[in-house]
Amino acid sequence: MSQNLFDKIWDLHAVKTLPTGQTQLFIGLHLIHEVTSPQAFAMLKERGLSVLYPQRTFATVDHIVPTGDQHRPFGDPLAEEMMQALEENTRAHGIRFFNLESGRQGIVHVIGPELGLTQPGMTIACGDSHTSTHGAFGSIGLGVGTTQIRDILATQTLALNKPEVRRIQVDGVLGQGVVSKDIILYLISRLGVKGGIGYAYEYAGSAIEALDMEARMSICNMSIEGGARVGYVNPDQTTFDYLEGRPYAPKGADWEKAVTFWQSLASGPDAHYDDQVSFNAADIEPMVTWGINPGQAVGVGDTLPDLDSLPEDERPTAAKAYEHMGFKPGQPIAGAKIDVAFIGSCTNGRISDLRAAAAVLKGRKVKEKVKALVVPGSMQVAVQAHEEGLDDIFKAAGFQWRGAGCSMCLAMNPDKLQGRELSASSSNRNFIGRQGSPSGRTLLMSPAMVAAAALAGEVTDVRKL
Amino acid sequence: MSQEDLKRQEIIGTGIPVPGNDIDTDRIIPARYLKCVSFEGLEEGAFYDVRFDEEGRPKDHPFNDPRFQGGSILIVQKNFGCGSSREHAPQALMRFGMRGIIGESFAEIFAGNCTALGIPAVTASQETISALSETVEKHPDTQIVIDLVRKEVTCGSLKTPVEVPESARQALIEGSWDTTAQLLANQREIQSTAAAIPYIRWSVEA
Repeated sequence: MSQNLFDKIWDLHAVKTLPTGQTQLFIGLHLIHEVTSPQAFAMLKERGLSVLYPQRTFATVDHIVPTGDQHRPFGDPLAEEMMQALEENTRAHGIRFFNLESGRQGIVHVIGPELGLTQPGMTIACGDSHTSTHGAFGSIGLGVGTTQIRDILATQTLALNKPEVRRIQVDGVLGQGVVSKDIILYLISRLGVKGGIGYAYEYAGSAIEALDMEARMSICNMSIEGGARVGYVNPDQTTFDYLEGRPYAPKGADWEKAVTFWQSLASGPDAHYDDQVSFNAADIEPMVTWGINPGQAVGVGDTLPDLDSLPEDERPTAAKAYEHMGFKPGQPIAGAKIDVAFIGSCTNGRISDLRAAAAVLKGRKVKEKVKALVVPGSMQVAVQAHEEGLDDIFKAAGFQWRGAGCSMCLAMNPDKLQGRELSASSSNRNFIGRQGSPSGRTLLMSPAMVAAAALAGEVTDVRKL
Repeated sequence: MSQEDLKRQEIIGTGIPVPGNDIDTDRIIPARYLKCVSFEGLEEGAFYDVRFDEEGRPKDHPFNDPRFQGGSILIVQKNFGCGSSREHAPQALMRFGMRGIIGESFAEIFAGNCTALGIPAVTASQETISALSETVEKHPDTQIVIDLVRKEVTCGSLKTPVEVPESARQALIEGSWDTTAQLLANQREIQSTAAAIPYIRWSVEA
């Protein structure tokens, strides 16, 4: 039996087995941002340690950065303090910081890939659970906590238990208007938010292989919402074509060596997996979450589930969800009136996401009273969107065109829901309070579906527009 | 702190039951509390939006309940700590007083973050969690002991086995959960592993 990709990369990076039985794993790429790094650098300083591989560490600012007025000092003094801490820490340790002046700033999981930093065969860590995104390139992306960031800074390694691997095969052809965001929402609704605990998810099958890199990233991004810390897609020609010529991608003789290495990584045809499941792409509709965790999702044409149709241990959370959201079992999700439309996030803030939404919005106008904002995932995405005239389309439709950052995905910056507002959002979490208001409510969906909801003022099947 | 001081073999305290499945990290510590460069003071934000209304008036929540004041062992249900990797979540709980947590299941990153702070996160069956919660609700002063050596929890007259990943258990018992020094001790192996990774040799220049 041959190895799967996860095993290959794990073995390549395993430094040693520790006395506890955990593996000391070398981290090939360490991405840092302003929220989870300051305390790690402080701990390093306390212990008199320095950064072992500064050349393999890259920083950006994304969570707290305002998407409106980005002048310094930031309006929020706490945000300004965090920004200064990151500036000081990266300067002190010789770490490259893609700050606002660099032209390359953006959401960490958007800029890593677009700069060619994220590559097949790497172990990639970041103090953010959506680090799973980078697995789209056939790498192992690991979300870690601040103490683990300290470990990586000081030793370029982590102590980890090796997860099992579940292969999720999605075959067949996606229906018109059904996209990768719908695939991952569908998978999580079927496998559950706890289903992936202790697993790395390998996404495979003809429907996955047919996806471009940005679509693969949307899927891998939300692995953690299904409980799986790691999610990946085997690298292939699509992957190599995406990387070629990017600023930090290998060049010249290194490029040839790289492709040869990358071609060796994919899971073998008879690779071992700890579990396997299969799905048919044709069964997937445009999906919409209706509750307070990403697993509570239905197709846009469906009605919301009765409590007794759900597994027993999901009923209490479902009851709580109905109470918070103000929905009822049996009601359709289509028609739910929205107050806010948000396009952006590390899930769906890339150029293809903006194109998809703009295609729906072109020549049309956002419903009165809907507050609509679009936040490009990075400065480079914003530049490209401008070159393609997408920003004009969004503005003409009535969307606010903002600067790059995490924005309303998690509201650590001024972009927040107010009161009980209901948002249609292309982000990844709908937990209570996630978007900045304790009584706010979030519906997760694809960017095109957000655009459709913004036009109609309510959840709408984008295929019918 | 010496390695002796870091050993966690027995956690003794009173309990705080926090009922509900899928309690996520946004609920444990709302994102606005992450706007900080140090973890100090995070205890103020623990469960804030569930504990206080928008005027700052206390709501009905175990962390506000005087019966459970001083409790250091959380009793929770399924998938506790799901969501973000933010270490701010266990930090807030720890600074509020948590020294151990017993649950039906934990999100992986959250559990790892607990271990990294020297806090045991042990699991038990639904029945055990129910029994523990019931005992604590009725007799909040009941002493609870999490015994990591025996993998057992005692709560009043109830003594029950619990599960904990072996690596976490070892690390807590030995006092090696503060991993940096251990990892750093293997510098030679780190370098030789790096040297054998193909992409390490390629330029990281733009």
